[in-house]
Amino acid sequence: MIRYDILKTLLPIISDTLVVCNIGLPSQELHKLDDQPSNFYMLGTMGLCSSIGLGLALSQPQKVVAIDGDGSVLTNLATLSTIANNVADNFVLLIIDNGSYGSTGDQPTYAGRKTSLTAVAEACGCENVVECSAEETAGAVKAALASDQMTVIVSKCESGNVAVDVIEMNPVVIGDRFMNEVRRQNSGG
Amino acid sequence: MANAIDRKIVDDLIKNEIGFITTVPCKQLAGVIEVLDQSNQVMHVPSNKEDEGMGLCAGAYMGGKRPCIIMQNTALGVVVNTLATLIQFYQIPLPMLISYRGEVGEKVACQVEMAVHTKALLNQLAIPTYHFSHADQVGELDGILKHTQMAKKPTAILTDARFWGSAQ
Ligand SMILES: [Mg+2]
Repeated sequence: MIRYDILKTLLPIISDTLVVCNIGLPSQELHKLDDQPSNFYMLGTMGLCSSIGLGLALSQPQKVVAIDGDGSVLTNLATLSTIANNVADNFVLLIIDNGSYGSTGDQPTYAGRKTSLTAVAEACGCENVVECSAEETAGAVKAALASDQMTVIVSKCESGNVAVDVIEMNPVVIGDRFMNEVRRQNSGG
Repeated sequence: MANAIDRKIVDDLIKNEIGFITTVPCKQLAGVIEVLDQSNQVMHVPSNKEDEGMGLCAGAYMGGKRPCIIMQNTALGVVVNTLATLIQFYQIPLPMLISYRGEVGEKVACQVEMAVHTKALLNQLAIPTYHFSHADQVGELDGILKHTQMAKKPTAILTDARFWGSAQ
């Protein structure tokens, strides 16, 4: 299974959940599969998906799933220490670890070699770290959302992408639509 | 030890409904950070690096809190991409309270090397920039914070050694 297959299995679980999605192909694939006001697409800024997700989770009570990648987390590795030390039990960080920089031509990352992001997350102090296969990922995300405990999931999957279009939505429209959805969910609407 | 100007700065932030602050420390900002940590009206999440901090701020803004980042001017070497592609591209209001190291009164020569680029970088990024070099100028902070929300832009408040020194 590649990331696109995992995203498909996640849709029934995350479709209505606030999602912050990593730059490049992950956002483009999610946008193609299931464009929702509850999706925040990153159009730039490599590495900050987990940080945006944590800031959002700390600032309001609705559940937040950040769909990040191994290359992105390696770019911003200290984020795992910030996450560990600022516990938001409404936050799930899903690292889709395909061992490659998917959006730039599948060059290998160190996570696909000697480096274990699971072990790094644990060493940073994250208390609920789950490493799973691609097939197990949807179940792991469902369980994490139900647990009311901040969880980091490292989903080990195959490298590969599908052909998708770039997102042509204006960033301010993405942000405004998303913030309206955050407000709607928090007003019980 | 925090003093009156540190409390004045934090009071202005709270008065302007800043609810989320991330910091990367600087000696000149230690008093402000100390006062922040005593307040329960604002969430303080220290970050390891300033681009990470701006990611936290973007998330907090979308979660309904007004963010602020407190950092050193050397960090402008880290955050150019994040300012352009996240904070400016998505129009997020973000006051940056910046310790302006390397200005008159500086004791560490290396700090001057980034000080000479600080305003040029901010100017290149078209970021509204305010330079405080005397404690009296802290009176402008309230207006700058309101201006930041209105404009939905990052703004830079540079506070140099003379500013902090004149506040003793
Ligand atoms: Mg990858």
